[in-house]
Amino acid sequence: MTILLLADHDGHTLGDATARAVSAARDMGGAIHVLVAGENVGPIAQVAANVSGVDKVLVADDPALAHLLAEPVADLLVGLSADYVAVIAPATSIGKDILPRVAARRDVMQVSDITRVIAADTFERPVYAGNAIETVQSTDVLKVVTIRSSAFDAAPQGSVAAPVESVSLPARAWKARFVSEELTKSERPELTSAQIVVSGGRGLGSAQAFQTVLAPLAECWHAAIGASRAAVDASYAPNDLQVGQTGKIVAPELYVAIGISGAIQHLAGMKDSKVIVAINKDPDAPIFQVADFGLVGDLFTLVPELVRALG
Amino acid sequence: MKKILVPIKMVLDANVRPRVKADGSGVDLSGMKLSINPFCEIAIEEAVRLKEKGLAEEVVAISIGPAKAQDILRQAMAMGADRARLIETDRPIEPLTAAKLIRIVVEEENPDLVILGKQAVDDDCNQTGQMLAALLDWPQATFASAVAVDAGTLHVTREVDGGHQTLALPLPAVVTTDLRLNEPRHCSLPNIMKARKKVLDITPVANCGLDMAARLNVLGVKPPEPRKAGRRVANVSELVRDLRAAGVI
Repeated sequence: MTILLLADHDGHTLGDATARAVSAARDMGGAIHVLVAGENVGPIAQVAANVSGVDKVLVADDPALAHLLAEPVADLLVGLSADYVAVIAPATSIGKDILPRVAARRDVMQVSDITRVIAADTFERPVYAGNAIETVQSTDVLKVVTIRSSAFDAAPQGSVAAPVESVSLPARAWKARFVSEELTKSERPELTSAQIVVSGGRGLGSAQAFQTVLAPLAECWHAAIGASRAAVDASYAPNDLQVGQTGKIVAPELYVAIGISGAIQHLAGMKDSKVIVAINKDPDAPIFQVADFGLVGDLFTLVPELVRALG
Repeated sequence: MKKILVPIKMVLDANVRPRVKADGSGVDLSGMKLSINPFCEIAIEEAVRLKEKGLAEEVVAISIGPAKAQDILRQAMAMGADRARLIETDRPIEPLTAAKLIRIVVEEENPDLVILGKQAVDDDCNQTGQMLAALLDWPQATFASAVAVDAGTLHVTREVDGGHQTLALPLPAVVTTDLRLNEPRHCSLPNIMKARKKVLDITPVANCGLDMAARLNVLGVKPPEPRKAGRRVANVSELVRDLRAAGVI
């Protein structure tokens, strides 16, 4: 009864999503092995070994795994999966890309984006942009599951490091080839793990307003910046800041929606936040229906005032 | 390339608020507006644009669903798909089964490229494209925000968590679409009329000879926990006071 968990990392650091997926794995029960695949990922494996609840770390260090492309990583997981009852991963862009490939190769149905573990084979997951919660039971021999990070707390650092073992990737000619990547550099905390998220919508009116109005508030709180799809579509903010059904799902301690009307697709990405604040000039905006604290008025006056009040 | 296959799905219209049935068996679809899944519409648009650029000769749309799904196939043809195929079934289909059915069509049609939506906005699974690529042993590029073809190689820019990643894939390949890939066109009346005359081939799912048994038992569907009603604050200082009292700042 051992679960294999594919670690999420960017080549340098272990993503917070991995420790959250460890919590989901603990809820499923059984031993937990974490697979760290990549190139020169020894240090990341050491970090994974220190996450409480991890029983063993497998390291697959291979240039072919450098960018965690779906074909080689799926091959690796399929090869290892015979020894496991479940293969799981955080529902990040890496996990979502790779795990269905593993599931199909093993002829099992994946359970995507779970928010709760009921039993080792039974899970809750949101459907229809979170407007319904489905309870599903997998009848397959191997469970393949992706974990919605925001629904689980990160497992803490443990006191004893788990053993680290090397595994090798069988060589094969994979077809897709990495060309380049452009990662957004930011001093701010990562959107999906930040304690506070400050999000802007179409009401901001420009990309510049994200810098002049939103950024000072985010700096006050050391918060991550998010955006609604409308703001992304209008090019006020890059897509990797998008919060919503098809963007990032967040559940911070505090979510501040500024100039966001609150379309259901946006609510799907943030409505599990602990405290929600809405600042909007339209008193009838649907965002106020989910906000704990609503402030009606002009954001261009209110947000700078808030920054001053926080001093 | 000669042919692009675009699998599309009919779903509850994205602008309709889903209602969970009182008996907890699912979301009520009776009498509701059903439409093409938004990501699938983007997939059709991208395939048609590739054809219009002279990079593909034929675009074939395919759907798996009830007879009513012919509507979205006609829409796909009005957008510019050359012909369509429906695998008709009234039962809900899991992504793994959908991928297996599409594989059968791929083996008949031999497309150079399959473009499909990254997820359907009903079950939010985000699986079918990756599963199809695995079953065919084809390369995949998921969550595409830009697609270019150069000397038989596909260059796909993908939306990843930290930004963008670009992959090069030999054909045949599977691409799944993200929202920013394109903005689908509106269908003109003449194109809608023309689409009525295009070929729409219907195959009953039973003819595919596939084991359709569901692998996931849906034990129940419930509405999400409602949030406690919030309240309006009069001004910024009241907001700061309340946030401090709530212990979040």
